[in-house]
Amino acid sequence: MNHINDMPPIPPRNRASLPLVLGMIALVVASFWTLNLEWSGFWSPSALSATQDFVSGFAPPEMSAPFLYKTFIATLETLAMSALGTVLAVAAGLALALAGAGRFGAAPRAFVRLILNVMRSVPELVWATILLVAAGLGPFAGMLALAFHTTGVLGRLFADSLENANLHAEHTLRTNGAPALAAFVYSTLPLLLPQMMSYTLYRWENNIRAAAVLGVVGAGGLGGMLKFHLSLFQMPQAATVIIAMLLMVVLVDAASFGLRRALTR
Amino acid sequence: MAAVPMQRRDPAFRKRIVTVVACLLLLWPMLVYSEFKPWILFDAQSMRATGAFLADFLTPAHSLQFLTMVLEQTWITVAIATCGLALALLGAIPATLLVTERLSISLLGTHRMRLPARALRQFVRVVLILLRSVPELVWALLFVRIVGLGPTAGVIAIALTYCGMLGKVYAEILESSDAHASDTLLANGSSRMGALLYGALPESAAELVSYTVYRWECAIRGSAVMGFVGAGGLGQRMDESIKMMAGSEVATMLIMFVLLVAAADLVSKWLRRDLV
Repeated sequence: MNHINDMPPIPPRNRASLPLVLGMIALVVASFWTLNLEWSGFWSPSALSATQDFVSGFAPPEMSAPFLYKTFIATLETLAMSALGTVLAVAAGLALALAGAGRFGAAPRAFVRLILNVMRSVPELVWATILLVAAGLGPFAGMLALAFHTTGVLGRLFADSLENANLHAEHTLRTNGAPALAAFVYSTLPLLLPQMMSYTLYRWENNIRAAAVLGVVGAGGLGGMLKFHLSLFQMPQAATVIIAMLLMVVLVDAASFGLRRALTR
Repeated sequence: MAAVPMQRRDPAFRKRIVTVVACLLLLWPMLVYSEFKPWILFDAQSMRATGAFLADFLTPAHSLQFLTMVLEQTWITVAIATCGLALALLGAIPATLLVTERLSISLLGTHRMRLPARALRQFVRVVLILLRSVPELVWALLFVRIVGLGPTAGVIAIALTYCGMLGKVYAEILESSDAHASDTLLANGSSRMGALLYGALPESAAELVSYTVYRWECAIRGSAVMGFVGAGGLGQRMDESIKMMAGSEVATMLIMFVLLVAAADLVSKWLRRDLV
């Protein structure tokens, strides 16, 4: 009895991905090599005890009523920042999307798309540090930063959905003499509204998460509080702020999950 | 024949007015809380500072020395992301093996998991949720306090956050694949590792790799941003230049940053197409 011969042949090995895998391993090795991370400083006994002190400082989070109230206000500030930033981005994104969908010709389309790409690839936090120069410390700069980045994202998405939309109704209105703006507002816009709404809600969810940390560079909200208390080494207060952040993120996640489920059912 | 008078009133007039008023009422506290004062932008002092800063943007810094520094910092940014992701995998792969229900033997046939197994899975799941719910920037902020300024804090921050994300998504990918092969292997007495390697992995390997590469791209963006809290790389230099109001340097680094993001996007797209 020779069972081996009954087996199907061994499938051929795919050698094409070998150089890719080797390249990735080389990248990882080179990264560790050049960074010369300070593990020794991290695991030495003195560092370990310092870490322990640092971590145990968090242990009872500050729970006094005035501080909780302050944290609550900062949470509201964070939410307001994210909501307003998103609203501004929807307005700006829609305005840019009209040009980005090629409604005013090919050259403006390419130009607007380039601008949208740049706005999108600069993260909120980088926008915030740049805008701090113009808008000063505080949530206003953070809101503008969110608006700039989100305009890039939403403008691109809106432009794409405008380009893919069925323009039959709008053409009918136009051939019957409706002015261009009215034709757009009463035909194509309502058609795209549900899709735009879902993009906007999705971005708002992202922006809440981003707004929570934007304060770290001086743009108000929960992040601002965290940075403030951490730099004064007031660990219990910092712990409370981190817990508030976690709660907010978890609640937003749950709300968005519930909403999505309710809408798709 | 009397002409029917054309109705010019908007039939949805009242609904629209109510919506607008409700929105304005909601908007008011938000404007207060976010200190919405656009006129700050146009006040003379701010205009002058912004003007000088932006005028500097027009001539990006391009001395050879500066460009070499920017390139070096860009490499450090990529290296932080790569190291962080590599370490994240060290944690995420064991976590996935623990969490994924595809490898549960007690679930076979009975559809009920033994209590210790369920408790362990739930525990690891909660740990993963905690790891990924704390934003990477906050991790970085905390570790900068512990290990000091520099790339180490960034690497640890990425490792922790991405361990949480990868562990969760890997388990989901494995669980969404067809259970037939791995279940058959397990039911016939194969080891869990065998069931994973020969049953579950071949089907979902492409998706796992593609998700990992996508996360690598995200990590590059994240590591550039984490520099702003002192975790090394391009972000830290950019932060310093902005604080010194050196617009020309910021312009160069912004261009580099946009190019880096675009390049990571391209490489990730190309890798995903090639590996899948």
